[in-house]
Amino acid sequence: MPKEAVKKVLPEAMITATELTKKYGDFVAVDGVNFTVRRGESFGLLGPNGAGKSTTMKMIAATSQRTGGDLVILGKDPNTQGPEIRAHLGVVPQQDNLDRELKVWENLMVYGRYFGLSRKWLKGKIEELLEFAQLVEKRNNKTEELSGGMKRRLTIARGLINEPEILLLDEPTTGLDPQARHILWDRLFRLKEQGVTLVITTHYMDEAEQLCDRLMVMDKGKIMAEGSPAELIKKYSSKEVLEVRFGSENNIVVAEKLKGIGERLEVLPDRILVYAQSGEKCLEQIVKLGLEPVTSLVRRSSLEDVFLRLTGRTLVE
Amino acid sequence: MSLDVRSETKVNWVGAAKLVDPQVSIRFGALFVAENRIRNMIKWWASILAFGIGNPSLYLLSIGIGVGTLVDSSLGPDAIDGVSYLTFLAPALLATAGIQGAMDEVTWPTLEGFVWDRTFFSMNSTAITGKQIVDGIMLAAMARCVIQVFMYELCLLAFGAITWESIPILLLVSTTAGFGFAAIMLGLSASIKDDDGMFALIGRFVITPMFMFSGTFYPITSMPIYLQWIGWISPQWHATNLGRAMSYGMPIESWLLYVHWGLMLVMAVIGITWSHRIFVKRLAK
Repeated sequence: MPKEAVKKVLPEAMITATELTKKYGDFVAVDGVNFTVRRGESFGLLGPNGAGKSTTMKMIAATSQRTGGDLVILGKDPNTQGPEIRAHLGVVPQQDNLDRELKVWENLMVYGRYFGLSRKWLKGKIEELLEFAQLVEKRNNKTEELSGGMKRRLTIARGLINEPEILLLDEPTTGLDPQARHILWDRLFRLKEQGVTLVITTHYMDEAEQLCDRLMVMDKGKIMAEGSPAELIKKYSSKEVLEVRFGSENNIVVAEKLKGIGERLEVLPDRILVYAQSGEKCLEQIVKLGLEPVTSLVRRSSLEDVFLRLTGRTLVE
Repeated sequence: MSLDVRSETKVNWVGAAKLVDPQVSIRFGALFVAENRIRNMIKWWASILAFGIGNPSLYLLSIGIGVGTLVDSSLGPDAIDGVSYLTFLAPALLATAGIQGAMDEVTWPTLEGFVWDRTFFSMNSTAITGKQIVDGIMLAAMARCVIQVFMYELCLLAFGAITWESIPILLLVSTTAGFGFAAIMLGLSASIKDDDGMFALIGRFVITPMFMFSGTFYPITSMPIYLQWIGWISPQWHATNLGRAMSYGMPIESWLLYVHWGLMLVMAVIGITWSHRIFVKRLAK
């Protein structure tokens, strides 16, 4: 396809990072990463603690300056035009930073005022966002009286007060129970449907698979892989995974005997993972060898397997 | 409250590009921060009012009238600077009120903003800059300072310690003292990683000596020379001396007037510059 045609098809780039680097003294937190996020896309940063995803997020949020490379957000340079960029962003930080002294609706009001929005306009918007976050009944409660899930929903609602062009969510569901997580996923999916560009960091593979069109797997400040969840699984893992447990003391010994079964083996402290096109066939082969696993499970490959392959570590450690 | 997963709620969306003009926050960001601080302050209006009226009333009754009666009866009604003890004391009490009021707004709330609630980080995730947060906090602190000093003035007026005419100048002097001291305290508060008793130490080893040794209850020259330096570096003494000179006409060298104003303003400039740097650096971490 000619270059001109490509330009017309692809939505506009909202974020472009080129050799983006962040150093704290001698420590390199983000090491020359390249990526582009386009309008309407839901882009995920996946990685364990210390991978550099939160640092990358702070640079995208235009609150932490890069020390190397280039970063363009909404056509502007965050190092020199931070306030202009932040005026059009929505930020949901890892740690809720709501004002405890203020009521739920007041938290939305003061945050909206920081964007220079009028009180009159904000009154209508606040009602809409309280409805969206299902916090109408709590509008006059102080935030310290809210549950963890409610606080998280309020923080997300607050991040939407200026109708941002890009919504940045740093581990939005960490610490929430399954029901609260599903509610949040639903709300975020609705925003995506409305064309809001989402950038999400997460520990959770299911969250990444649910919410992200495209993922960047980071470890030690570098990009390990990039692509859609399906592409990453296809490229870095097999169709199925057989999980077998022989007892934590026996796994390493048994793994020696399983060599040659499936495409690849991964020995974890509590189980052995056999990557293969057919998990059932592998299990049959294991039984034929006279080995009897304590438990066995055949499942589809997931992003967890991709991460394990790329970094040798599980995501949540 | 039950959650409805199937709720069809959608939000209307014009988009920030059309909705938000960054220049509004760039120009008026400090005012928006001050608006938030004042909204927080209103939550504590009863305490502020009680402190603003109760504190001066108690002081005036115990020290001003109690000690004042003793001093006046011993030395005559115009024993110090040719005025009553209560009139002599009034500018010092106002300077204390100004400093205390402003300080309350820059110490604990700063720790709250950086450590406990991290609200400064939420402000900074909008178009608001670290410098604007500092300026907004100082504006709100000044609003509190003005209200508190003015309430104190009304009490002093009721007790006959000051005149109507002296209200504006004493308000200006006390607020300037509060501004200078609060600016330094804001920088200091922003440097504290967590509350490790620093404010208690400041209260005991800075505020109390400043109050006791800054010519509050007697002229600074009455103290031994090795204690007078505390007053010289204290905004409390500079505001007190200035207030006495400008309210009831205490004799003072004209160059000293410039020194009093200058020191309080220099404290303000140094404090704000320092606070700007610390806020910007800490918010970028």
